[in-house]
Amino acid sequence: MKHATEYRDGGLARQLAARITAEAVGRAEPYRFMEFCGGHTHAISRYGLEDLLPSSVRLIHGPGCPVCVLPVARIDSAIRLAEQPGITLCTYGDLMRVPGSRGVSLLRAKAAGADVRMIYSALDAIALARAEPQRQVVLFAIGFETTTPPTARAVRLAAQMELENFTVFCNHVLTPAAIQNILESPDLREFGRVQLDGFIGPAHVSTVIGSEPYTFFAEEFAKPVVIAGFEPLDVLQAVLMLVRQVNQGRHEVENQYGRAVSPGGNEAAKREVAEVFELRKTFEWRGLGHVPYSALRLKARYGQFDAERRFGLRDLAGRDVPGCQCGAVLRGVKTPLDCRLFGKVCTPESPMGSCMVSPEGACSAYWTYKRFRRGATEESAA
Amino acid sequence: MCLAVPGKIIEIIIEDPLLPAARVDFGGVVKEISLAYTPHARPGDYVLTHVGFALTVIDEHEAARTLEALREVAAGVGSAAGREWAPAR
Ligand code: SF4
Repeated sequence: MKHATEYRDGGLARQLAARITAEAVGRAEPYRFMEFCGGHTHAISRYGLEDLLPSSVRLIHGPGCPVCVLPVARIDSAIRLAEQPGITLCTYGDLMRVPGSRGVSLLRAKAAGADVRMIYSALDAIALARAEPQRQVVLFAIGFETTTPPTARAVRLAAQMELENFTVFCNHVLTPAAIQNILESPDLREFGRVQLDGFIGPAHVSTVIGSEPYTFFAEEFAKPVVIAGFEPLDVLQAVLMLVRQVNQGRHEVENQYGRAVSPGGNEAAKREVAEVFELRKTFEWRGLGHVPYSALRLKARYGQFDAERRFGLRDLAGRDVPGCQCGAVLRGVKTPLDCRLFGKVCTPESPMGSCMVSPEGACSAYWTYKRFRRGATEESAA
Repeated sequence: MCLAVPGKIIEIIIEDPLLPAARVDFGGVVKEISLAYTPHARPGDYVLTHVGFALTVIDEHEAARTLEALREVAAGVGSAAGREWAPAR
């Protein structure tokens, strides 16, 4: 597969890792870099990159998994909607399996009779609304900057077609707000010491927003940011670039992913998002709590397509599964192995928390790619 | 939701400005993808897509530069200055 396989060369990866090992020697402390995106977390686990990297480099998993950061309360609201007669709730695959309060997922609600449909594209929801005019079709929209433009296009189409049975339950969130929240989080400033030395910046999110929005973090928090692709060599190259920035005392935004990311991003997509959406004053994230100006809602002009308005949805108080550590995992202060439920009661087949559902979630990535390796080392140590 | 691989545009099937669409090949799996945000994409181009929409066209020139830089540094030829790694533009 062109533009993918070239970046999976194991020989090159080992050579690159050797360069990192040779250069990551400038400090007494390990170099600690957070990969914001779940896509990177997945690649790191899948290709065993942590085994290639020297102990002087630590990768810390961030909250960039759209399914993982959606709080239980929003899942509960979606389930309640889907249970109302006459409503068809459309959503992307992974979301169906996330447990809400009392462990009920959309999939379970569907089995119990709710009309929940899995879609591939936001346009599928529009097609459904046209095909079934007697039903109220609600698009349960989630995701970072990559999935927002498709939702915006769906809303504009619905407006143009004057669809009266289509609405969006909007849960779109913003990457820069989450990064800022992490940088300001007291967890990371234990004993007044900031424990992150830089960021592996989002890949696909940056195709939309560009590399410019990160300039603020690089300057304000004196942290280097390297935007990287999702293939293993992309990630290793980004780590080397970060090590070099730290060694040279620089904190700049660099772009390893020039083949897909430009400084300004996708202007057409940004324009359409700005036409349809506006900022929410605050939004709750799993793990990060309420983050100011971190999410979007439909503008009043498109208010008739806002499911929260049409169905009078009010915020519920959701409850995480007792014992689930997703919140701490998403902030990067715990790893899945710190969770007592991991691999025992919580597996991808029967997830207890959102981080075990999506392949981009840290718990799922650990379970899928690391348990055997870890099992092997534990045995040999015993 | 974000683990998209680049797909190759086989043909443009709808030119409508609100709903332009193409058939895109993802390593053998062909899907209909909206070109709403990459209206200039043409057959033969590789696009990164999310939930049915192409968000960017892969820049072949930049891809070649990144690969070359990767090989050089892996071989120990590249300088430690970091400039050769397709720096921020
Ligand atoms: S292993 Fe399961 S229960 Fe534990 S933090 Fe991860 S998702 Fe939550």
